[in-house]
Amino acid sequence: MTFRQARNDEPLLIELPQEVDGTIGPSARVPEDLRRTELGIPNLEEFQVARHFTRLSQMNYGTDSGFYPLGSCTMKYNPKYAESLAASPKARRLHPQQPEETVQGALQILFELQEMLARVAGMDEVSLQPVAGAQGELTGLLMARAYFEERGEDRSEVVLPDTAHGTNFASATMAGYDVVEIPSKEGVVDLGALEGAVSERTAAFMLTNPNTLGIFESEALTIAKLVHAQGALLYYDGANLNAILGKTNPGKMDFDLAHFNLHKTFSTPHGGGGPGAGPVGAHGPLTEFLPLPLAAYDGVRYRLDYDRPKSIGKVRAFYGNFGVLLRAYAYITRMGADGLLRVTERAVLHTNYLRARVEEYLPVPFGGLRKHEFVASAAPLREKGVRAIDVAKRLIDYGIHPPTIYFPDLVDEALMIEPTESVTQEGLDAFVDAIALIKEEDPDRLRAAPQNAAVARVDEVSAAKRPILSWRMMDR
Amino acid sequence: MSEIPEDLRYTKEHEWVRLEGERAVVGITDHAQNELTDVVYVELPSVGDGFAEGQEFAVVESVKAASEIYAPVSGTVAEVNKELDDRPELVNDSPYEAGWLVIFDLKEKAKGLLTAGEYRDLVGG
Repeated sequence: MTFRQARNDEPLLIELPQEVDGTIGPSARVPEDLRRTELGIPNLEEFQVARHFTRLSQMNYGTDSGFYPLGSCTMKYNPKYAESLAASPKARRLHPQQPEETVQGALQILFELQEMLARVAGMDEVSLQPVAGAQGELTGLLMARAYFEERGEDRSEVVLPDTAHGTNFASATMAGYDVVEIPSKEGVVDLGALEGAVSERTAAFMLTNPNTLGIFESEALTIAKLVHAQGALLYYDGANLNAILGKTNPGKMDFDLAHFNLHKTFSTPHGGGGPGAGPVGAHGPLTEFLPLPLAAYDGVRYRLDYDRPKSIGKVRAFYGNFGVLLRAYAYITRMGADGLLRVTERAVLHTNYLRARVEEYLPVPFGGLRKHEFVASAAPLREKGVRAIDVAKRLIDYGIHPPTIYFPDLVDEALMIEPTESVTQEGLDAFVDAIALIKEEDPDRLRAAPQNAAVARVDEVSAAKRPILSWRMMDR
Repeated sequence: MSEIPEDLRYTKEHEWVRLEGERAVVGITDHAQNELTDVVYVELPSVGDGFAEGQEFAVVESVKAASEIYAPVSGTVAEVNKELDDRPELVNDSPYEAGWLVIFDLKEKAKGLLTAGEYRDLVGG
């Protein structure tokens, strides 16, 4: 398939012809001396605005456009039924300060979603408050802190494997802990290193299972024993939950705390940095520390429960991102338990098919089966001066979103590939065909890629050193 | 492949050391800058800060990753390369000369450093 993205020389809204008369005058009640004649905002017809954003959207690439194997991010398709529910006036016109008796349906959705997520994860209770995966991590660690404070235990460290997501390091630091990093052994947690690192100073060990190499940590129960033997907690980073739905869960693996990335596993939009949802689940005595409020049901009425004296309190205004929670609720109820199981089976099958076929062209360090993703290495191409970033950029020319690159850093020139369940076999084969072509292509051509996209190779050095964060900073 | 001057000493963490009497000039190797790719920011310590061997003393950030740099010797920071504030790319363009990071006043005699030959064996250059 030939891929050609629109390449419009689209001006900013403020640069478009501003020919609309200022027909809306200020209210007569606004005093003369407080009135402004120049507002400094675009003054345009509706059709100008609609065309502007349509042209921009033609230069974009999303899960509605094509294959999006961005490792770690689980860029699955976001179904339209969830979008139309969230867009319905019944959902959109709710106000967070409405009396509870007028929003019983919304509270029922929140309550049932809490219950369903708790069941998926094998946790006792879930709070929907955190609005991102990383906020879920921070919330979980603040709960761990409150838990140990109540017990009068002074624990200052969080232990992390070197395959951990960068957010784990940041969350532990934000929660006031010192980070202790342990090396992996053959792509999984080194039990000896873990035993050496966990002590009476350890508050928690955070683990992503399967890990960022897509490998299932099959010693999870031994890990739990080692961690619990020191009185520490085991935290499940839910970033890769899509790989185990209905097969196993954090509760069965003896985790004490877990977060969910609804925008990954439960198909809500990733949405350019927000809004997201990162609910947190807890087990046993830790449930008392969950952030407020939780939705509750007494058999007759739904309500918001604020009566939890040990809670770490609020981590977000109101009740999380309701529109996102509603989409996840729609997805889970539509899929059902059987459907979620098939999601995982298909995502894992796609990954292993793709891994086996990519391995014909590029090495995939650490052998064996994978769950939801795998990490290939572009290192063999270095001898002709081609690096992972060049492979990634050239994939764009073949109409494929690039994989994540240079993470995790224990694989040289890493290409982190996660196909998800939202792809056909033809789509997977097209990816392999593209890799096969790229491997033989002229290095200069690869370094000049992409050619067919709306935007050519971005100058990442300038972007990092002189970021232009708004049109006001732009010097044209 | 990468350049490894004979007159310098090295660490397994890809720092180089130029010993000048009681002082040591420190930077990252050609191999290291090539792995990191384009450097966009260097976070340096303050003059007078003391570091023990193996302690993190700087961070080099590239378009690919942020990497901690560990002190190859024990000592006090005598000078930092201020030029890197505006031109971090010197670490790429001239890792052994204009791209130096810090000069330490040695607290004790440097030990455990690799020779150019030993470092070459390590990186397969």
